Amino acid sequence: MPEVTLVEAINLALGRAMADDPDVVVLGQDVGVNGGVFRATVGLQERFGPERVLDTPLAELLISGLCVGMAAQGLKPVGEIQFMGFIYPCLDQLVNHASRMRNRTQGRLTCPMVLRTPHGAGIRAPEHHSESTEAMLAHIPGLRVVMPSSPERAYGLLLAAIRDPDPVVFLEPTRLYRAAKGEVEDNGEALPLDIAFVLREGRDVTLISWGAMLKETMAAADKLADEGIAAEVIDLATLKPYDESTVLGSVAKTGRCVIVHEAAHTGGFGAEIAALIAEHGLSSLLAPVIRVTGYDTIIPMARLEQRYMPSVGRIVTAARKACQYN
Amino acid sequence: MASKRANEELPVIARFEVRRRNYLAPDGSIDRPLPAFATDPKLLVELYRSMVLLRLFDRKAVALQRTGRLGTYAVSLGQEAVSVGIASAMREDDVLLPSYRDNGALLWRGVKLEEILLFWGGDERGNQFSGPVHDFPFCVPVGSQAPHAAGVAYALKLRKEPHVAVCMFGDGATSKGDVYEAMNFAGVHKLPLVFVATNNQWAISVPLRLQTGSETLAQKAIAAGFSGEQVDGSDVVAMRAAAEEAIAAARDGKGPHFIEAVTYRLGDHTTSDDALRYRSAEEVQAHWKEEPIARLRSYLVGQKMWTKADEEQLAAECHERIEAAVERYLTTPPRRAETMFDNLYADLPEAYAAQRRELAGEHDA
Repeated sequence: MPEVTLVEAINLALGRAMADDPDVVVLGQDVGVNGGVFRATVGLQERFGPERVLDTPLAELLISGLCVGMAAQGLKPVGEIQFMGFIYPCLDQLVNHASRMRNRTQGRLTCPMVLRTPHGAGIRAPEHHSESTEAMLAHIPGLRVVMPSSPERAYGLLLAAIRDPDPVVFLEPTRLYRAAKGEVEDNGEALPLDIAFVLREGRDVTLISWGAMLKETMAAADKLADEGIAAEVIDLATLKPYDESTVLGSVAKTGRCVIVHEAAHTGGFGAEIAALIAEHGLSSLLAPVIRVTGYDTIIPMARLEQRYMPSVGRIVTAARKACQYN
Repeated sequence: MASKRANEELPVIARFEVRRRNYLAPDGSIDRPLPAFATDPKLLVELYRSMVLLRLFDRKAVALQRTGRLGTYAVSLGQEAVSVGIASAMREDDVLLPSYRDNGALLWRGVKLEEILLFWGGDERGNQFSGPVHDFPFCVPVGSQAPHAAGVAYALKLRKEPHVAVCMFGDGATSKGDVYEAMNFAGVHKLPLVFVATNNQWAISVPLRLQTGSETLAQKAIAAGFSGEQVDGSDVVAMRAAAEEAIAAARDGKGPHFIEAVTYRLGDHTTSDDALRYRSAEEVQAHWKEEPIARLRSYLVGQKMWTKADEEQLAAECHERIEAAVERYLTTPPRRAETMFDNLYADLPEAYAAQRRELAGEHDA
């Protein structure tokens, strides 16, 4: 199998989806001739033409709103927002329209759209290019929020998102676009949504994360293994709706849990998981749930961004603390 | 002065104009020769009957709201000609994207009175309506359906389907980026899309002069690269004619058009509003002289197309139809509580199954 980067896997999935289904349309700023600012859509316009791979005017609200209209007509639009910091004009469309079209028409109209955007910091990008506000989106009923952490899952989950009959926000870990490499067979096989992936099994502590932070989380698990601590690592992958039983099952086994995310601490999605464990897994807990997250401040620009993001060291320390708790 | 003279020597690179369309004067007399469709008395009478039904239905809806049997409701009083005139020029396969004051268009397109009551009575099933299955439900957040209309029109064009999207909103919506972003995109791709701005002079309490410095709303289309016109929105013949031309041109691949329907909201914004807080009774009274129903009736009566007996019969028919619809609405039982989950996703995710069971009164062990 060929080894590809995460962004190449995205490109393969888009190409496969467009080849399989004439209703799939890709739209966004610079997605056509330029192939996208991260080259996720490179070559698609040549293959499928400018009508199906569409350079839009520079208007994010429009991109998301076009997707809603196209989807209600039975197309399967895949919109691209260049960076997560620019997704906020789309919130009105996501909250008021995309997520509730099926509900407010009682199934008469639906919204099978995907809105893709790069997520997170770590590439020394300019201001507003490093956001990770997934919890905001995961709070919206009717929406799906999906975030891959490897080329294989980027390919399989994006195919699933495009085929899904409901709206999906697909958050792509910017930092892994080129850094993550893996074998991907372009066979058109989707991976399941709403399911968490156990990346590593272990009996001592559960480490839960998603997106780019799984890189540090997996590295932390290696270090912990050196110390004799067997960490189980869960890639949540779909944040809305998320796989509660895999989380609870793992915590029932280990009794200890560390949640890792890049987004700010308060009200982050880690709080949701901690609350789930408190409600339904308390009796199996041997230690308090610990969150290792970004700080409750504005994500700093390039010079300090590494200090903001959870490090391998912080994750190891937290896991050790959980394991030492009596 | 020197610089002014210098400016006058600069070449003019573009000139634009906006035309205004009307046929029937407020007293029902004819300002200019009527368009071809207006020679068909059956159609004119149908337009008239639809406007009367809408007005009587609105009156009943307000009575229901005042007696606690309906939620907040938005009447079309004074602007019935806009929604009825526009819808009358559409084909079933065309796609309507209405705002919440376009009931006349919904009714024309086959939505049932009781379905409209269901929606305003707080039941989503009102949007699962008997109108064309592809039509959008009312857009409640102002103007945010305009990008949907552009998406719909793009889909129609992509599939080479000979249909047109019609997007309706009010004067307030033209201040929103949503509307301009959609117009801009429609202009770029010459989409089969007709924008209809019902300029009823008031966005709740904000008058048009605080909404825009533009001389007309129609001219906003020019910046987006297509044509716009102002239409007497209280003249249903003008509304129908403008819509017919614009929709035919869009169907023909000639691109979008913008219709500014200049009319007046004779009623409150909704049943939750009291318009006397921000505008005088005298102002409203003056606009009653222009309203669309009396105007068309004067014309029809003058042409011997309509009689007092017709009027009485119509009132009785409307009354019967409305009362029957109200009865069906009031006797429709609410949905079972757990069904609030049933159209959230195509299939309810396992994560929410327990919440649905709780609403259904089933308790987990």
